[in-house]
Amino acid sequence: MKKSKLLMLIGTLLLLGLFVFPLWNITLEAPQYPEPIGMDIYITKIADMNPHDIKNINLMNHYVGMKDIPEHMIEFDIFPIVIGFMIVLGLLIAFKANYKWYLFWFILMTVLGIAGMYDFYLWEYDYGHNLSDKAAIKFTNADGSPLAYQPPLFGTKTILNFVAHSYPRTGAYFLFVGMVLTLVAFFIGKKEHQA
Amino acid sequence: MKTILKSLLAITVLSVVFTSCGNGGSKKGAQGALSGSAAEKVYVAPGEHDEFYAFVSGGFSGQLAVYGLPSGRLFKVIPVFSVDAEKAYGFNEETKPMLNTSHGFIPWDDSHHPDISQTAGELDGRWVFINGNNTPRIAKIDLTTFETTEIIEIPNSAGNHSSSFVTENTEYVVAGTRFSVPYPQRDMPIEEYKGNFKGALSFISVDPEDGAMDLKFQIMMPGFNYDLSHPGRGKSHGWFFFTTYNTEEANSLLEVNASQNDKDFIAAINWKKIEEYVNNGGGTKAPTRYAHNVYNETTHTATSTIKEEVVVVDPSEVPGAIYFLPTPKSPHGCDVDPSGEYIIGSGKLAAELTAHSFTKMLAAIEGEKFDGEAYGIPILKYDEILAGAVKQPGLGPLHTEFDGQGNAYTTFFISSEVVKWKLGTWEVVDRKPTYYSVGHLMIPGGNSRKPFGKYVLAMNKITKDRYLPTGPEVTQSAQLYDITGEKMELLLDFPTIGEPHYAAGCPADLLKPNSKKIFKLEENEHEYAVKSEAEAKVVRDGNEVHIYMTMIRSHFAPDNIEGIQVGDKVYFHVTNLEQDYDVPHGISMIGANTSELLIMPGQTETFVWEPKQVGVWPFYCTDFCSALHQEMQGYVRVSPKGSSVPITYTLDGDAVDAE
Repeated sequence: MKKSKLLMLIGTLLLLGLFVFPLWNITLEAPQYPEPIGMDIYITKIADMNPHDIKNINLMNHYVGMKDIPEHMIEFDIFPIVIGFMIVLGLLIAFKANYKWYLFWFILMTVLGIAGMYDFYLWEYDYGHNLSDKAAIKFTNADGSPLAYQPPLFGTKTILNFVAHSYPRTGAYFLFVGMVLTLVAFFIGKKEHQA
Repeated sequence: MKTILKSLLAITVLSVVFTSCGNGGSKKGAQGALSGSAAEKVYVAPGEHDEFYAFVSGGFSGQLAVYGLPSGRLFKVIPVFSVDAEKAYGFNEETKPMLNTSHGFIPWDDSHHPDISQTAGELDGRWVFINGNNTPRIAKIDLTTFETTEIIEIPNSAGNHSSSFVTENTEYVVAGTRFSVPYPQRDMPIEEYKGNFKGALSFISVDPEDGAMDLKFQIMMPGFNYDLSHPGRGKSHGWFFFTTYNTEEANSLLEVNASQNDKDFIAAINWKKIEEYVNNGGGTKAPTRYAHNVYNETTHTATSTIKEEVVVVDPSEVPGAIYFLPTPKSPHGCDVDPSGEYIIGSGKLAAELTAHSFTKMLAAIEGEKFDGEAYGIPILKYDEILAGAVKQPGLGPLHTEFDGQGNAYTTFFISSEVVKWKLGTWEVVDRKPTYYSVGHLMIPGGNSRKPFGKYVLAMNKITKDRYLPTGPEVTQSAQLYDITGEKMELLLDFPTIGEPHYAAGCPADLLKPNSKKIFKLEENEHEYAVKSEAEAKVVRDGNEVHIYMTMIRSHFAPDNIEGIQVGDKVYFHVTNLEQDYDVPHGISMIGANTSELLIMPGQTETFVWEPKQVGVWPFYCTDFCSALHQEMQGYVRVSPKGSSVPITYTLDGDAVDAE
């Protein structure tokens, strides 16, 4: 088997990791939480980092009028289908198509990835901004606008007494390495073709 | 001129200070010189943890207090034998059965000797046992929840004092009677004490898996006073040793009449032999009545069962199982060194401390070196079993613990001191005063095969001028000494609850990882638990009303209840839906003739309210739980008896419902 083909195959199959490992994690630290609380975001669900974390995040957040973290989102139905489709497509390309398609797959995956991040951002925005009118505690910014509680898309941010960390987890690394491998497969495939 | 005078004065003052320090004779001076490094040794920085747990009994408070060592900071008072309104112990419906006895509900006792469970002679940190003296009972405290989970009453006993010590693998926890009583209990003249009163020594088996206690057998000993006891360990595992006094069998003015014999006894009991006898059907099944109370951590509810039979063993039925070791003058403490070879008897009216040799004891039994008998029990010859004696050690020896380095530490009540001496050579190494009149002392693991000989904690009976006065009743206290050096060093005095009678200690790391943080809501099997607000409800059954209520930051569900009538018996069954560490909620109802409830995450508790007046009456959260704790409240509308107001219950104007 050609090296490029093998890399394309491995790169594609690494996406399977997304069905096992969390893609992303948001962790909240506060003085009252010497053991931080957090959530692991999978393509199929949002789960407790430690037992009962989501319940406790919801309990904290209801005071400022934030909605509960949803147990089900439409994304949990769509993401597995999209990833599944990309794995099948990647395998088909690996076995049936030439190296140019490797680049096509990579670009498509990049576009889908960006779309996914944008979708995540929209949810975070809504989660942090769309607050109940009846919230017990209403904080405002210096200019009088309501304070938002949106966690960072990537990185660390202080929100009142909490420090929120938002970083990729194992699943994201599988995706990232997989995508890099398919790009490498493209360049090696190109070289093999020229040779 | 003035300067010179000042300098002279300064020199004079300094020389006085140095002189007194150098002599080391003055009490204040000696302490002053130590205070610098002593403070460092007991300082536990904010946020840091202590190195040891100390479970210090509360004596006549009936409870068990948890302190950290070396800081002496109090963490928790575990209610055991006395009601505790703070924790609703003995007040809520769930724990009332814990204090049931054959004499009915008893809200108090006198708690004395905590002992931590052991495996292979070493502390295993699973449970701590403690005895109730007055109405004889043994309690077991679970060291994952730090709550009392089992209490067993001891029949045929009175003044349950030579208790609650465990054998090397926690096969048994032992309870010996201090006062002998008629057996069977009956109406008879007190002056016919001799021969008619018996001293019951009870062996309570402990299930190795779940710790369930069972009164396996009682040995009906002669009518002496059984004062203290300790198990054999290592080579002497299988034996138990009890000190006795009042071998005179006096029944009045014991301070004189029980102090006449030159020697009383340590009773050596081969419990393995008696266990075998009982396992083979030996002993008599005798009628009796005693309560056995068990708290179930899943239903969060205790049950009390009255048992009506006990196996009693007459010593004469098992020859060769029990011997008396003559020990001078009303021995009190009975302590066995880590190797199991030496049995230390502290003759509290004697001029010396007696150490018996287990090896010599076996040889004396083998060689039948007897010095008569008492009620058929052979008395071994004193000289044949004596290992040695600590001469002129102090006045009024009470208790001994061991550091595992070949040293023993004995308290002296009358001369108010702790004395360090060497096992085997019996020489006194050091002595330090206590303030004042020390009773027990404790080295973590000091009565096991593996002591942690870093500190000794001395527990005093009186404090007089040691603390700020608080009227006629002043604080009780314990004192911590560093014992890592050749000489002991007093580090700290700290006040304690009740009377700090005795303590058990262990390294913090043995318990810390197992300490429970919450009760899992999904495992809650309380009869009246509700696990979501949707399940909350109010149910009338005749004049009983059951409120199935939930609590979570920061509201109750339901929080408005109508349709209650004067004369109703209203049960508040309240479940804490929290699943976060250290988020208990409390609840209390105006006019309820009981205590608050303090409910841990995932737990359900119940209190009863019998409204006597028409009106609208509030209830509220009693534990500051959250930023909106002050908003955590509700109302109950009470209508006249026979009113047509129906039962309704709402949260935010809506019938209680899922959100």
